[in-house]
Order: sequence, then C-alpha cells, then structure tokens
Amino acid sequence: MAHDIAHHESNTGKIWKVFILLSVVTIVEVILGIIKPAFLIDTTFISMKLLNWIFIILTIYKAYYITWSFMHMDGETKGLRRSVVWTGIFLICYLIFILLTEGDYVYEVFRAGYKSWDF
Amino acid sequence: METAVTKTGTEDKIWGGGNEPLKVSYGKMMMWFFILSDALTFSGFLAAYGFSRFKFINSWPIADEVFNHFPFLHGVDAPMYYVALMTFILIFSSVTMVLAVDAGHHMKQKKVILYMFLTIIGGFIFVGSQAWEWKNFIKGEYGALETKGGQILQFVDTDGHRVALKDIAIVNTHNERVQHENKNGVWYDKEKVLPAFSVEEIKAGFSKNKDLLLRTQILTEKGAKTILTREESLKRLNGDVIGIVEGANMVHNEYGNPLFANFFFFITGFHGFHVFSGVIINIIIFINVILGTYEKRKNYEMVEKVGLYWHFVDLVWVFVFTFFYLV
Repeated sequence: MAHDIAHHESNTGKIWKVFILLSVVTIVEVILGIIKPAFLIDTTFISMKLLNWIFIILTIYKAYYITWSFMHMDGETKGLRRSVVWTGIFLICYLIFILLTEGDYVYEVFRAGYKSWDF
Repeated sequence: METAVTKTGTEDKIWGGGNEPLKVSYGKMMMWFFILSDALTFSGFLAAYGFSRFKFINSWPIADEVFNHFPFLHGVDAPMYYVALMTFILIFSSVTMVLAVDAGHHMKQKKVILYMFLTIIGGFIFVGSQAWEWKNFIKGEYGALETKGGQILQFVDTDGHRVALKDIAIVNTHNERVQHENKNGVWYDKEKVLPAFSVEEIKAGFSKNKDLLLRTQILTEKGAKTILTREESLKRLNGDVIGIVEGANMVHNEYGNPLFANFFFFITGFHGFHVFSGVIINIIIFINVILGTYEKRKNYEMVEKVGLYWHFVDLVWVFVFTFFYLV
C-alpha cells in the first residue's frame, strides 16, 4: 500500500455523491430511451442518431466515474494509469473502427447485391 | 508487502531491487492488467455485436419490444424499467463494495463485514434478475412465423398492436400431429418439441380474421417495423412461410434475427458468469474478513483487489446496458 495508510481520510461523502451522479445519469438515459425525443432521432451525426451519441457519451461518462472514483484510478501513479487506460482505449477504438466499417460494407453488399435474402 | 521482498542491502540504489515504480503491490497491479485484458475480451464481443448490427442495420430487432417485462406486471408494456432496476442494483452493490474498501482502510472489521455482505446480496439479486430476463426471452411472448429465407414475420392488428399466435390459430382437433420420439426411429433421432400450433391452423385463423396483418423485420425510416398490407400479408403467408417460432434459442428467434439471440445469450451470459464468479470470490474474502485474516495481516488489500474486480463487472454492465437495451 504505497499510497500510504496515513492519509486515508474517509471518502464516504464522495462515494455517495458519485452514486447519486451515476443514478441520475442512468435515469436520464432511461427517460430519453422511453420518450425518444423526435429531434434527437431525426438528427444524425456521422451516420448515427444523435440520441445514440448521447447514450454513448453518457456511458463513457459513467465509466469514467466508476474507474476513477470507485476503482481509485485517480490515486494510482501516472504510469499505471496510462498503461491500463491508454492501452485499452487505443485497442478498443481501433477494433470498433475496423469492425463497424466492415459491417457497414457488408450491409451495402447485401442491399445492393444480387443476392435475395428476404423470401 | 515488505515481508515478501528479500532485503539485499542495496535498497537505496536505483537498481538495487525492491523498487516499485508503479507504487502498487504485485497483486493489485496484476488485477489491473487482468481487468485490462478482460475489458478487451468484452470489447471484442461488443464490437462483434456492433459488426452484426451494422450488417443488418435495417432489420435488427427493437430492444424496447423484446425486453418489456416487469415482475408482477403481466401484459404491461414496460420497456427497460427492469434492466434499469438491475443497473441500479449493480451500481448500488458497487457502492457498498467501495464502502467496504473504505472501511478496510480504517481497519473497521465490523463495517467491512456489513458492506461486503450487502455487496454479495446485491450480486445474487442481479444474477437472479438476469436469469428471469433470460427466461422471458427464451419463452417468448407472441410467437411468430418463419419464412423459407429464415426471415421472421410477426402478427399485428390494424392498429399496429402485436397479436399472439394463440389468439389467431383455429385449432384443428381432428388432426393430431404426434411428436416423433427416439424410441420409434431407426436412427434414434428425436424430433424437436412441436410448436403449440401448426402453420395450417394459423393460416386458417388468419384468413378468417380480416383485421390481422403481417409485420416484417425490415425497419422503416422512422425506425418501426414495416407492416404489410392485407394482400401482401396473405401472399407471404401462403407462399413463403414454413414454420412457427415461439420464443428464442440459438437457431430460431421470434423477435427477429437469430444473431440477436446469439449475442444476447453470449454477452449477457458471459457477463452473468463474471458476476457469479465475482460473488463467489466476494464470499471467500467475506469469510476471511469474518475470520479476521486481514486484521492479523494489518491491511485489507485483498478486499481492495476483489473490489476492483467487482467494479469492473459493474463497468462492463454499463456498456452492455447501453448497447443492448438503449442504442
């Protein structure tokens, strides 16, 4: 326990705050998912509905708080933090980019191709 | 962790050994790297789900229509409320876990016991909810037809509300179709469980009731499923339909594309397995806390390590929740 036992003041207040924050974000997500505001569905950004972008951004926001606050990533050294977070983010972005591009390509082939699949 | 390190008498020198550049114990660092690799595994699954979804972007099932059950509310359309509740349960058990870690830092054994107990209970409730969700998914609700091309056709009335097979079929009591059992055949091959109705019974009921229409998997511009006209419905029913689908399994899926069911079973199953193993590990550490192992050791770092794993499970669920139920 290198980041010492000495300055372990109680974080209970902060923990409950983060819990409330995560709950509020989840509630907002659910409400948006149920009412589905028309302008968020009709507007698209980089070929995805604005509503979906909002969901994804809120999810990453929640993920940040879980990692930083609950998993105490903020207390780790820069080296550990970067080797875990940056590695993950880089590889995940790369994978998502490749697979979604390929998926969209296959969709175009199915749509424009001569193969009938709805029979 | 000083006890585990051999003293060489060269500690003051940079290369003298015993240096911890990342300032964490071996166990905690390895837990972080395990979590990283596990996160990549889950990303692989979710990205594969994204691939399949983009591939069938115009015919993917609508999650709100699939997951709309809530305990004790039968027949009420409650999209997402139950998963939202599950999300809360998991986030809350994450909170009790971090409170246990916090109490561990202050060497408060009693509090660690209480909070870990609550965490374990939360984990069990979550796994149970997941099982209930699976049960509903497997059982299905309305039933559907399958075409020669493996496409799903669902029934709706003229208002667009779904209609169940049992409300359509005119059951022919004279024509008893017997399930083939393995004791009767040369090849000892058992037939799958027969659906409750035959295609003929559904066809008979459909042609009687003029209000019924068929709905295809294809999504319209507005993101709803395409509803066929009465003529088109009859044409497809009489020309293309080869079978009845009730519920979902790895091959047939009444909600639409079978891939949706496959990914649902695989990803939520893999996550549920993580939750389950997390609960088991928590129980082991919980017993150790009660026995006073960490009081003797004078630190509660083990609680912190299982805490990391438990939060990771929560972290993954946040993403599964988004990509399966929201987006």
